[in-house]
Amino acid sequence: MENLIASSGEAKRLNSRMANRHSHRHQNRVAVRAHHVQTGMWLAQALEPNRSRSVPSPHNNSWEPQGVRKPYMDVIDVSWGDPHGGGVKPLTFVRQVLAACIYPELVESDKLPVDVKQRAQSLLSACDGGSVGSYTLSGGISYIQCSVSNFISRRDGGVPSSPENIFMTSGSQRSLMLVLKLLVHNQASLPAGVLTAVPTYSSFKMMLQRLGAAVVPYYLDEEQGWAMEVEELRRALQASKGVCNTVALYVINPGNPTGHVQSRKCIEKVIRFAAEERLFLMADEVYQESVFGEGSEFVSYKKVLSEMGPPLSHTVELASFHSASKGFMGECGLRGGYVELVNLDPAIMKYAYTIFSTDICAPVTGQLALELMANPPRPGDPSYPVYTQETQSIRAMLVHNMNWVPEFLNNIPGISCQPMMGGAFVFPRLYLPQAAIEKAKVVGMQPDLWYCKRLLEEAGVCVGPGCEYGQKEGTHHIRLCVMTPVETMEEVLKRLKNFHLHFLKEFS
Amino acid sequence: MAISLVEKYRNGCRPTNPRLPIVHIFFSHRPHAQKLNISWAISGTECELQKPNMTENGLGNRVLNMDTMNPNVKRVEYAVRGPIVQRALQIEKELKEGVEKPFTEVIKANIGDAHAMGQKPITFLRQVVALCAYPDLLEDDKFPEDAKNRARRILQACGGGSIGAYSASPGIEIIRQDVAKYIEKRDGGIPSNPDSIYLSTGASDAIVTMLKLLTSGEGKNRTGVMISIPQYPLYSAALAELAAVQISYYLDEDKCWSLDVNELRRAVKAAREHCNPRALCIINPGNPTGQVQSRQCIEDVIRFAAEEHLFLMADEVYQDNVYAEGCQFHSFKKVLFEMGPEYSSVVELVSFHSTSKCFMGECGFRGGYMEVVNMDPEVKLQLTKLVSVRLCPPIPGQALLDLVVNPPQPDEPSYATFIKERTANLDILAEKAKMTEQVLNTVPGIHCNPVQGAMYTFPRLSLPEKAINAAKEKGQAPDMFYCMKLLEETGICLVPGSGFGQRDGTYHFRMTILPATEKLKVVLEKIREFHKRFTEEFS
Repeated sequence: MENLIASSGEAKRLNSRMANRHSHRHQNRVAVRAHHVQTGMWLAQALEPNRSRSVPSPHNNSWEPQGVRKPYMDVIDVSWGDPHGGGVKPLTFVRQVLAACIYPELVESDKLPVDVKQRAQSLLSACDGGSVGSYTLSGGISYIQCSVSNFISRRDGGVPSSPENIFMTSGSQRSLMLVLKLLVHNQASLPAGVLTAVPTYSSFKMMLQRLGAAVVPYYLDEEQGWAMEVEELRRALQASKGVCNTVALYVINPGNPTGHVQSRKCIEKVIRFAAEERLFLMADEVYQESVFGEGSEFVSYKKVLSEMGPPLSHTVELASFHSASKGFMGECGLRGGYVELVNLDPAIMKYAYTIFSTDICAPVTGQLALELMANPPRPGDPSYPVYTQETQSIRAMLVHNMNWVPEFLNNIPGISCQPMMGGAFVFPRLYLPQAAIEKAKVVGMQPDLWYCKRLLEEAGVCVGPGCEYGQKEGTHHIRLCVMTPVETMEEVLKRLKNFHLHFLKEFS
Repeated sequence: MAISLVEKYRNGCRPTNPRLPIVHIFFSHRPHAQKLNISWAISGTECELQKPNMTENGLGNRVLNMDTMNPNVKRVEYAVRGPIVQRALQIEKELKEGVEKPFTEVIKANIGDAHAMGQKPITFLRQVVALCAYPDLLEDDKFPEDAKNRARRILQACGGGSIGAYSASPGIEIIRQDVAKYIEKRDGGIPSNPDSIYLSTGASDAIVTMLKLLTSGEGKNRTGVMISIPQYPLYSAALAELAAVQISYYLDEDKCWSLDVNELRRAVKAAREHCNPRALCIINPGNPTGQVQSRQCIEDVIRFAAEEHLFLMADEVYQDNVYAEGCQFHSFKKVLFEMGPEYSSVVELVSFHSTSKCFMGECGFRGGYMEVVNMDPEVKLQLTKLVSVRLCPPIPGQALLDLVVNPPQPDEPSYATFIKERTANLDILAEKAKMTEQVLNTVPGIHCNPVQGAMYTFPRLSLPEKAINAAKEKGQAPDMFYCMKLLEETGICLVPGSGFGQRDGTYHFRMTILPATEKLKVVLEKIREFHKRFTEEFS
């Protein structure tokens, strides 16, 4: 508890100094994401009280150089997977349809392309009372459930998908939470456990913690490009026996924060493992659109499962998650996500419906975003050329960053970065000097958290500390979002490099 | 039949009847390995087809089955989206397929969804949110300047100037400030702190979050939460899921569903035997009961909460929906502060509001907020952490909320239209509230309290003994039996009183007053005829 108070105090003071600084500066080249820093979002997350770590009181944090003129004009935040926040532009088609649905008078306007208007009209007629202000069914608007299931089926080369098994929620995280609610209970003698990768983004672990479930950690193999190994899953499961009752296996593919993309072979092995060990599979596939690594492709768990044939194809229970927040769309703020439930016991489906209905319904604008993700403009549509051009430019940005960022990082002494195959993040390893690690201990912080704070203070770059995601004992990392415009990314890496070299010098 | 459905799926068709089984076909690369796997659509009723042999299909061998599922989920019921609504959806589909019915449309008077019932959105709200969604429209001269200014202001507060960016977990800072200003103005100047405002995904998200925060302990020490009977089932569902103890206090139907502090005392005293009462939930104006609390009553409740050391949760989402003469909305916060520091410095209060009700009825945007008062600072930090798990409320909902709390001012171009639309919506609701009460009270066997506020009536039904027995035979609550029959015969979808809770031996339904005036007349008339028929059939 004291930890949190202290951190909040720091965050606040950091804020006010930021605010002052911002009031003096001119229009920035890059978007300033001070609002994240202001609320201390990542600080608060990094300083979860469940991890034993003490934080300096506001009076002794020596890392904070008071009154020093900052060598940067703005803070760049690449700690989050928030494409628009980082400067990626929304897709015109998506926003046009959205605007026309929100304000249907625009359907009469000559400002919007014909296909946009038609799309808006058919979506509005799928809403009760023709308004996006109406509630929807708890699974979502039926029309969109159908679009999503057709999208899945197309993606998976014809594997059927049933609209009744699609549940839309306010972001995919909410779907995860609701599925976990079915799986996790505390009445049993042992708590429920969920096999969770190390590293994994922190809010999933917070979710488990909130439900009273145990995190059963399995380690991804950094040397193998953060690959997932079934042997390691087996070890982790074995180690959890007697501690908790492991009911589910959570997989993020493409990986967050690792940028790894699983091969079909790996997925097959994982599915077999889940079947043997009787685990419910949770496949978080929100980065499925962002796979550009050479030789890697996205294959969904659902597709592999169905192609493995019976008995597995109709016995292994799978929940697969997707979202409008990532990919080309990057519409995090609209909060549109869904889960497809596969092979669930029919008796459970009834309760799944009940538990999803306690959320009433997903925000309609988020549901619309899912519809547009599932059904983008097609060749011949008036919006197609602009849509293609915009998605191509985002794609080009990602491909460029995915290749170039790890390479650049690998050329900085004391940093190594695995090649990136997909997703939105890189998770380079920091080789910190012993003196720096000792110093961090003195101020009572995890070494990479301390590093990140200094990076923020001294270079105005906000990244996520490895300790927030979990890592092998004695290793240190940072997470950076590469779903960021190239020139911003260049600036980030330039500052990171300078900072890092100074840091090394200071402690060598 | 299975084959025809298979064909349908191959052709990418949509299932037309949710009661039919959904057939998954998992194609393997080996054609001989094709197998069918049958699961059921959720219908809230039993399945019509014979179940296949469980072991053969492997269905009996699931990891997640009725024995392993979180048992708290089994206790969750959510009547406003329960079996009767499921059946209404099926009937709609049957009508589309051309099945003969004694009616041509299903009228959903089960849920407080104004737009679905034809209420038009407020122009200003939609203009600004559309501008936020597609900022190129800021160049369009068809939009009024004040709408553009609002949109610019909101966009500036969004990451990267896009409503597609995440916001801070408690919401966009300037919107929290606007909410605080709105509360201050509403409460005659009593200060409100933006740091105490948490934006949410509809009010329900905030309510569940607070209940979660309040629930702890085991056995006799388990958190008890006082909720009214009748209540809005979100509360009972959340408490069931959290395995918190529901402490029921009854509203007095004979006194227009008013709240009696003696009843609160009785309930809390009885509850102290088996749990640890920590919170008291009040819905004012009432849902499903439509009563508006007097200032005196609110004072009494606050005193009671102080005496019993209870955290007050005031669900005030219908605060603009007050129709009856002599009734007025008083916020708990205002009354609390007017009672002086003896109370205002100690009683912990959270109050909820939403964009879904009032004059705007924007349910689909899922906008809402809560304001916490006198919360322990350490707990507040935990609350901040708790809301961060869901990342942030939807930005369009936040934007819409901003416009609700910061509407056009008299000197702005949109003001006249805004006030006209707002007033019209509220006036029509008032008219419908009155009409509903009047018509229902002319039906022998139905007694209806005045709809002083909110959007519902919760009339009491006198049901013949025979009907009650017939319901029992079907294993249904008598008012469920009644509502189901009403639905089948007239297409009107209501929610039975049993879904909200009621005194034993009494029966009710909840009906919204939202259908358009002409349609509402028809609905009331149909209910009158049905009730007469029903009474005759079972006497």
